[in-house]
Amino acid sequence: MLDINDILETITMIQDECLDIRTVTMGISLLDCADENIDRACTKVYDKITRYAENLVKTADDIQTDYGIPIINKRIAVTPIAIIEAACQSSDPVKFAHSLERAAKAVGVNFIGGYSALVHKGFSAGDYALIESIPQALKETEHVCASVNIGSTKAGINMDAVAKMGHVIRRAAELTADNNCFGAAKLVVLCNAPEDNPFMAGAFHGVGEADCVINVGVSGPGVVRAALQKSSGLDITGVADLIKKTAFKITRMGQLVAKEASRRLSVPFGIVDLSLAPTPAVGDSVAHILEEMGLESVGACGTTAALAMLNDAVKKGGIMASSHVGGLSGAFIPVTEDAGMIDAARSGKLTIEKLEAMTAVCSVGLDMIVIPGDTPAEVISGIIADEAAIGMINSKTTAVRLIPAIGKSVGEELDFGGLFGSGPVMRVNTASPTKFISRGGRIPAPVQSLKN
Amino acid sequence: MRAVVTVIGKDKVGILAQVSSVCAECNVNINDVNQSVMQDLFTMVMLCDIREMNVSFNELSDRLAKKGDELGLSIHVTHEDIFNSMHRI
Repeated sequence: MLDINDILETITMIQDECLDIRTVTMGISLLDCADENIDRACTKVYDKITRYAENLVKTADDIQTDYGIPIINKRIAVTPIAIIEAACQSSDPVKFAHSLERAAKAVGVNFIGGYSALVHKGFSAGDYALIESIPQALKETEHVCASVNIGSTKAGINMDAVAKMGHVIRRAAELTADNNCFGAAKLVVLCNAPEDNPFMAGAFHGVGEADCVINVGVSGPGVVRAALQKSSGLDITGVADLIKKTAFKITRMGQLVAKEASRRLSVPFGIVDLSLAPTPAVGDSVAHILEEMGLESVGACGTTAALAMLNDAVKKGGIMASSHVGGLSGAFIPVTEDAGMIDAARSGKLTIEKLEAMTAVCSVGLDMIVIPGDTPAEVISGIIADEAAIGMINSKTTAVRLIPAIGKSVGEELDFGGLFGSGPVMRVNTASPTKFISRGGRIPAPVQSLKN
Repeated sequence: MRAVVTVIGKDKVGILAQVSSVCAECNVNINDVNQSVMQDLFTMVMLCDIREMNVSFNELSDRLAKKGDELGLSIHVTHEDIFNSMHRI
């Protein structure tokens, strides 16, 4: 028989320490939906998504009941729409956003990602129109998420796209100013975007993927923190070992759910994403793990080192627990979605500069950060360029999801509610990078040896 | 298929009888029971065979949770695989 203590440990993790499966995401290829007539293409997109994902939500709910493990989000990721839209003669990409929105509502998922373009080396047909349409698409839809990949280690950084995205992020916030500028929260700019990421807003179904797959994202910052709380006398070696063991257990749960969802839906299992994804709920914070290690507040000197160790230990523990690991896989550090980060940002102990340093050692990037409403587009582009450079040089995924709080300045707050949380407007260095950004062109791909 | 029923709460007379009678009503066969009382906190883990169960898994879960509410205990039923996958390599 199973050990009673093991059983009680699992029950405690779920009931008291916020252990959950953050998302079961179905990736669906839309490559066979391309059509020169945009309305016909939209119909094909709707039909394929609703056919493939018809039972996704019900199956996830059934697994939740059978295994007693909460599955928070059910999502869909599709082929970047810019690729499908490229075949259309008349171009109004927002029609695709509406088609995705209708499909998301019909099957009952929480979000649908893939209103995306991959322009890390240059714009092809369809890319520019889609990027231009993102703010309008995000305004007119509720469930659609957009992402744009503007750089990669192999291709360098497309600075024309970087310049463009500063304006697009501002515009997305402006068009949704009466709704907490929420449009910008559904838009992420990536460098080295993974093609199998189950997490929003950056999820899309890469062109190298199978026709349909199931990807699962686990969570569990609360479990890691609780484990550390019970073992205060450990040195850092001991702490790292403890995190590895805990991450192993968390990931086993994700692997089980992924395999079961894949079996019940008759869809191949893609990957488990090992991320520690926080929520604004008490006891579900990545910042609090770092504080449990001995920092007065996240953002203090030592934060980057603590986070680097945490991120590495989570991966080491998780990799053995799953047969296929992918996606973003690391500790997330979104500001508005993490109670500890929110407190540190409010008190001024956590700054954007420190967050940028932290992104060099963990997934994923500058995430869910509220910035002053009057921040110029060029400054936003400068932030994107810096973040993309970290990703490009370190061969890792980095991302920027900033929310310009239109009409608000430092000291005020935005409140999105739910898993998106709330957060203070953070100070941004506004010394102008305009001339640098407006040069355009590409940052060449970096050398992969002579690492210093 | 086997399920694990966990019961946690303040110790009192008749917990095992009441919980196992719900199992019997649902035609759930109890394979093994492990219980302990630590500082007045009663914990019981039952391993049950639910292949011949005459209600849905949801219904069993609801009935046990309801019984838990009556007795002031926390009762959960979970598929055995979750513990096996988490604690066994």
